Amino acid sequence: MEAATTGEIALPSVVDLFAGFFIVGVYGFGGVLPWARRMIVEQRKWLTPVEFTDMLGLCSFLPGGNIMNVTIALGARFRGIPGAAACFLGLMTAPVAIVILLGIVYDRYAYVPSVRQAFVALSAAAAAFVLATAWKIAWPLRGKPLAIGVAACTFVAIAVLRLPLMAAMPVLTISSTLLLSRFRK
Amino acid sequence: MSTLSQLAAVYAQLSLMAFGGANALIPEMQRQVVDVHHWMNAQAFAALYALAQAAPGPNMMIVSVIGLRVGGISGALVTTGAVAAPSSVLTFFVSGVWDRFKNASWRKALQAGLQPVTIGLISASAALLIESTAVDWRTAFVIVVTAALFIFTKLHPLLILGAAAIAGAIGLVG
Repeated sequence: MEAATTGEIALPSVVDLFAGFFIVGVYGFGGVLPWARRMIVEQRKWLTPVEFTDMLGLCSFLPGGNIMNVTIALGARFRGIPGAAACFLGLMTAPVAIVILLGIVYDRYAYVPSVRQAFVALSAAAAAFVLATAWKIAWPLRGKPLAIGVAACTFVAIAVLRLPLMAAMPVLTISSTLLLSRFRK
Repeated sequence: MSTLSQLAAVYAQLSLMAFGGANALIPEMQRQVVDVHHWMNAQAFAALYALAQAAPGPNMMIVSVIGLRVGGISGALVTTGAVAAPSSVLTFFVSGVWDRFKNASWRKALQAGLQPVTIGLISASAALLIESTAVDWRTAFVIVVTAALFIFTKLHPLLILGAAAIAGAIGLVG
């Protein structure tokens, strides 16, 4: 039934699903999304571009890592729970193993001055990377004073007042949704 | 409560609040790991964040590295599993019925409402990471220069991160 909507290809097996996402996990330096799309849409043709965009829309809307959610939604669609597990483990196995290795190596050599200094600079650059991300996603807000106000309130609540996210997130999300939908029309 | 179950509890809670991915969770992770549980200081947290950036994979890898530092390899597996499980269960069930409310007006309103909150959260992440990494004028200079490169050039982010690490290693920064 699902296969008809995704072209003439056979339903991917659990092994295919694991293998496809395993490669995405290995290649996914500096963001997995482009690699995931390449594998799912262009190489293996598991989804059409429109289906992929739709699925990504759902997975960005729900909480959790976008691509982690994609592994669950895509795996579940083709092979139910085993499929979801295969995709998720496929994506995560290599990166988690690599990051554990890096962590162990880092702990062992952190006392070496040049390693320590490299990490001081790398940490600063990584902070700048988050700043650049914030800048880019905030850009579309210009000219929308209400949304800017909500973003500013969130910033103050979390970065300045250091409120727990558990308390702040529902309040901010609900007020933002009500405020923006009231004044949008 | 053992450290592993504390890690599991912290990250399972974070899972359902992770709108905007790991970057939006940095402030709460830092609050829990540094201020509430005193597992490490803010500088060590920022260094682990940098380490996670050097690995391939989804940006949730910061979660695995923190688990590793606090609870060893089992800690890494616990935090990674805990941050993934609740949101995965939700995605599993919602993806089956998604078509029904894909175009619902409440969903569009909620998505529009979440957007500025996510932007505020990621800006807060940036501020906290900068606060703990800009330790002197040289690191502040690195932040300004690399931020400009990330924003205004099409250079691959890994190239910029790598250049910063090399500049640090040869003693230009630290």
